[in-house]
Amino acid sequence: MKEIRMHGRGGQGSFAAAEILAVAAFEDGKISQAFPSFGSERMGAPVQTFVRLSDRKIRSRNHIYEPDYVIIMDPTLIVDIDVLKGMKSGGLVLVNTEKKPEELKFKSELDFDRIRVIPATRIAREITGKAIPNAVMMGAFAGFTKEVSIAAIKRAVMERFPGKVGELNAEGAKKAYSMMKEGEK
Amino acid sequence: MEKLWEGSRAIAETIKMCRPKVISAYPITPQTHIVESLSQLAADGDLVAEFINVESEHSAASVVLGASATGARTYTATTSQGLLLMLEVLYNIAGMRLPVVMTCANRAVSAPLSIWNDQQDSFTARDSGWIQLYAEDSQEACDLHLMAYRIAEDKRIMLPVMVCLDGFFISHTFEPVEPFEEENVKQFLPDYQPLHYLTPKNPLTFGSFAEPDKYTEARYIIHRTLEESKMVIRETAEDFKKVFGRGGGDLVEDYFLEDADFAFVAMGSIIGSLKDLVDKLREKGEKVGILKIISFRPFPGKEITTALEGIEKIAVLEKAVSLGSGGILVKEVKESFYGRKKTPQINGFIVGLGGRDIPQDSLENIYREFHQGSGDASFVDLNYELLGGK
Amino acid sequence: MELTLGLVAGPGTSRANKTGTWRVERPLFLNIKCVACDLCIMLCPEGIIDSNNERYFADLNYCKGCGICAHECPVKDIMMVKEEK
Repeated sequence: MKEIRMHGRGGQGSFAAAEILAVAAFEDGKISQAFPSFGSERMGAPVQTFVRLSDRKIRSRNHIYEPDYVIIMDPTLIVDIDVLKGMKSGGLVLVNTEKKPEELKFKSELDFDRIRVIPATRIAREITGKAIPNAVMMGAFAGFTKEVSIAAIKRAVMERFPGKVGELNAEGAKKAYSMMKEGEK
Repeated sequence: MEKLWEGSRAIAETIKMCRPKVISAYPITPQTHIVESLSQLAADGDLVAEFINVESEHSAASVVLGASATGARTYTATTSQGLLLMLEVLYNIAGMRLPVVMTCANRAVSAPLSIWNDQQDSFTARDSGWIQLYAEDSQEACDLHLMAYRIAEDKRIMLPVMVCLDGFFISHTFEPVEPFEEENVKQFLPDYQPLHYLTPKNPLTFGSFAEPDKYTEARYIIHRTLEESKMVIRETAEDFKKVFGRGGGDLVEDYFLEDADFAFVAMGSIIGSLKDLVDKLREKGEKVGILKIISFRPFPGKEITTALEGIEKIAVLEKAVSLGSGGILVKEVKESFYGRKKTPQINGFIVGLGGRDIPQDSLENIYREFHQGSGDASFVDLNYELLGGK
Repeated sequence: MELTLGLVAGPGTSRANKTGTWRVERPLFLNIKCVACDLCIMLCPEGIIDSNNERYFADLNYCKGCGICAHECPVKDIMMVKEEK
């Protein structure tokens, strides 16, 4: 089982991101689970969402304390919250930021080679006209892990946001996917 | 084919299949997504039902009471403060023997204000004459709703059923659910045929006055019927299995109890985490099992003692507390063993109040440090800093 | 009689319940000064006063003897008299 913890702020679509990831992985043939740990829903307040991906029935509904992946929707969170807490050895973190991995000041120590960065808000703004990075981040996630296919992510995005909004967000996801792939070469 | 649905969506799709004629509900977190979905289905014409908007839960319950008295299949859903506001109407619905089905998306009760999950709300309604069934996951929640209508409308029962599912942990979680096929549902749950109903052609009085010479009997009949409903619940669960090929829905369900010397007893979504823990402990050769209680009302005392026969240590976990008394479920489990020559050691643990996560380590501690906990109300994971160190 | 499910009751139960036995006094319609205003008929809480071409009368099976008719009669043509059983 792979456990993913997302940190975001209310209004950035963290829960929609979790839903997209879970739906996409499910389409790929995995068993998945997504759920929020709501604060009272307020714009800007820190929120966490959790996704589990597995080959068999997922029974636990606990929060995720030892994630395989941490996804940071908003880089300002890393100063206030120990977002890396409990991360498995070998776990990876994906950050929505314009900075380089070595410039990020996490509250815990982490090797730079375990950090992936993507300017998701900029990509989202350029392609969709809105600064909501969730779909782009999921494209990036598909780009550097083998947990989910980009085709499934795009379908899930278009299912979640019908019409033009979905198409543009799927395009954003694809772009982030390609950028991550190129970064690996 | 399975779908990856949010729990609330799965419930709404199930209710649609159950074909209620009248739905009335007032939105309240974490029940909101269920009635939003139903309202949408009704507005789009995918569900042919009267969706009646109201100004409070008291009115929502009153609407389904009245609608049910006219012979319509009805549905409502609520939680927490909403359930408490409904409470007097809930007693009336049961007393009038109306087969209303409702969802309680379990949430804590104020004060302090909390929108998160525990089971204090539905526990508070336990004496109202409603059948109460608790779901472990989305699939079971869906299955129990379908069974709920069959049980409620059974002519031997004619009592309302509340399906309880943990707010957020089930209502807001996306997980795979097998949707119902219309044909199978129609076979399992035919249209509702009321025994008697309100119509201008044949006026009747529902909720009539009973003097002291009749009231006791009226209450006794409901109690006796709830006792008898155990058989009907079991029958319905067996029938459900025949039609849909999935289990669940009996009064209780055991997990590795056969050779166990230690058992957890609990209800609702915490069972999933407990199963993971038991698998882990079993791998180490430790003989631990779980008794899941699905039906809290009627209370399956005999089934509990039978399932736990020979087990020496029993930890009862519950997400509610009777303030000034202690655990509620634990006392009823203990009472089931009363009068036996040899009774197991039964300790009660209060967990997960107001949405507090119950990590696997905490559950394992209950097992490891069972002897340190004693009595009916060990509050798990208390933060003594917040209590001034006491 | 066995209780019905949920104690649902049919209509017309007040017809079976003969409240006339509750009475201490009963109305005596003198039919002398009566001006046929029908106030007694309209004000009777039980709706059991009626009239024909010659006189006014109450259905004593149900009359509880409240005396409203006598009190309200504008010509004082109704008297309440002690019920002797």
